[in-house]
Amino acid sequence: MRIALFITCYNDALFPEAGKAVVRVLERLGHEVTFPAGQTCCGQMHFNTGYQKEALSLLPRFLEQFGDAEAIVVPSSSCVAMMREHYGDLARRLEASGSHPGIVQKTADILPRVFEFSELLTKRLGLTDVGAYFPHRVTCHASCHGLRALDLGDGPMELLRNVGGLELVQLERSDVCCGFGGTFAVKNAAVSSAMLSGKINDVLNTGAEICTATDNSCLMHIQGALHRQKTGVRTMHLAEILACDESGEVL
Amino acid sequence: MSSEALNILNHRASQSFATAAERSLEDTQLRKNLRHAATVIQTKRGRMVAEMPDWQELRTSGEAIRHHTMENLDIYLEQFEEACTKAGGVVHWARDAEEACSIVLRLTREAIAREGASNEVLKIKSMTTEEIGLNRALEAEGVHPYETDLAELIIQLGQDEPSHLVVPALHKNREQIRELFMHEMNLPELGEDPQELASAARTFLRERFLRVPIAISGANFLIAETGGVCIVESEGNGRMCLTLPNTLITIAGIDKVLPRFQDLEVMLQILPRSATGERMNPYNSLWTGVWPGDGPQNFHVILMDNGRSNILADAVSRQTLHCIRCGACQNTCPVYQQTGGHAYGSVYAGPIGAILTPQLMQMQAAETLPYASSLCGACYEVCPVKINIPEVLVHLRNKVVEKRSALNPEKLTMKAVASVFRSEGRFRAAVRLGRVAERPFEHADGGGQKWISWLPGLLGGWTNTRDLRAIPGESFREWWDKRKKKVNLR
Repeated sequence: MRIALFITCYNDALFPEAGKAVVRVLERLGHEVTFPAGQTCCGQMHFNTGYQKEALSLLPRFLEQFGDAEAIVVPSSSCVAMMREHYGDLARRLEASGSHPGIVQKTADILPRVFEFSELLTKRLGLTDVGAYFPHRVTCHASCHGLRALDLGDGPMELLRNVGGLELVQLERSDVCCGFGGTFAVKNAAVSSAMLSGKINDVLNTGAEICTATDNSCLMHIQGALHRQKTGVRTMHLAEILACDESGEVL
Repeated sequence: MSSEALNILNHRASQSFATAAERSLEDTQLRKNLRHAATVIQTKRGRMVAEMPDWQELRTSGEAIRHHTMENLDIYLEQFEEACTKAGGVVHWARDAEEACSIVLRLTREAIAREGASNEVLKIKSMTTEEIGLNRALEAEGVHPYETDLAELIIQLGQDEPSHLVVPALHKNREQIRELFMHEMNLPELGEDPQELASAARTFLRERFLRVPIAISGANFLIAETGGVCIVESEGNGRMCLTLPNTLITIAGIDKVLPRFQDLEVMLQILPRSATGERMNPYNSLWTGVWPGDGPQNFHVILMDNGRSNILADAVSRQTLHCIRCGACQNTCPVYQQTGGHAYGSVYAGPIGAILTPQLMQMQAAETLPYASSLCGACYEVCPVKINIPEVLVHLRNKVVEKRSALNPEKLTMKAVASVFRSEGRFRAAVRLGRVAERPFEHADGGGQKWISWLPGLLGGWTNTRDLRAIPGESFREWWDKRKKKVNLR
């Protein structure tokens, strides 16, 4: 299948390794990955902070870039949640303003083709074993949007259970928010840090070497404290773990 | 609302949530109590919900009933007024808190004169009366209100403010309560066993139940069809207040109405399970008008707006009024679990407070409340009437932003970032610029990875407790360009 990658703005700039890992996994499975060059951002940060007008203009851009794709993969559960929960409404507003005739239909057409990375593997491609090998002790944080907005359920854990050599340890309270919440992390930095300290405690209690998730924004937050406290525990996007195989090649 | 109540509300809410929360975060005792209490209630709720095979259907029904009610609120309110009046009650309408307080005061004075009683009233726990600062309004006129709910009594004796919808004294533990009772009730000896504490409160209250002939209550539900009022509670203090006094004054927000008696079938299943983790409340009281020779002979209901019709006018945030005040969103909220209720600067705390308070107060000083959430969605997941709290939070944030001046620094930054996202070229340039701009703050760790541990201004909020990995030298799209070139060369 030809799968178009929507890397998302923060993965592109801050976590390019997640994108490379997505490419590696999908190509290993025999799929072709394309990267529409004009893509930028889904609009989540603006929308969630109260700048809906600014988020509006990013929808037509997304449709223009990805309109023809057979499937669209996004390695970020919160960005997919943004699209699924709000693009329909944004499209209605654009159409009502008269500036984008037909955008409601176009949006409705594209949304069923948008998949979060683990969701593409488990739900669209029907896979749980992607031929990965990663001999490490790993725990998994259920990113809020993946859990509640996308209903990813056990999908990411199932993928991890099928990784060769991997020892999966259950994270206590894995469904509790890490305290990131986009601009919340700076607007309410103290509360956000208090929430994070609970998460870090739970991660350390697992004795894992690696904490993974389907969303690098949560991981950036968790990683920030793990590194500050010199815990030696690392964070990796789920795709990076699934990209590792017995060839031992690095990305 | 010009009463003292609003001033106090305003004073507290004029502080930003972030500032108020920082103070709560330093309170070790508070945080220990919060962890304990919230976990206990949440676990009980989890058990009670799990045993219901039709829980999701009940939530759907709950939502449907509340939605239908709000869409036809005018009809049901008038129907309630007619039915309640026919049954012997007197219905009053109050535009705002000031009007509501003055009606209560007038009715109380009339009752005191009629009964030849002293300047005292009994009170059943009611968040609505907390919302309008009724106790302060009564005291200012020389009438002493007695809270009869154990937790509210603790709050009143300690001159404190409630911090939770259902368990207002959640922030207090038994040692603190013991000390308070010993001091306020003049008890030289008192153990800290919950039974002993409850017994001390009972002795203290019983004398008042028997003496004071006037009671003020809130309402959990008003039934439009019958004109009846419903209150659910755990301690029986409510039942005492609803049956012993000769005069009963009920004050309820206009959002409390339900169309039919049968709607209680759904509400009385979802409310106790969500609120206290019980299958049923120990005391479920329903009364309709006046019955000669049985219970209060003078019964008044005050239907209060106080900002609610403004909420009703907003199609997105109207669902705020669906709330049945169970408090489940507070118990599950990871923000509330850290800060407790007082940080929200209002009697309505937690996720529901973060959407209700700014709307009731027309945003005035509560502009930071819609931002007091990481939008994790846990509140929406547990809400028994499916209020999409994250959706309303984001909607209110948009309203806050729209009111801001175009020169607001955050607004200017967000507009500039949006313009970057509208062009691929500008996006590439911005990433390159970011790498250069952050260079002075970078340092390498032992493994050679570059990190940022200090940033100025608002971003310092991040680096105070968290490191930030430096922007990598090559973005994904730069890597992709190179890879494509290599493939093309082959």
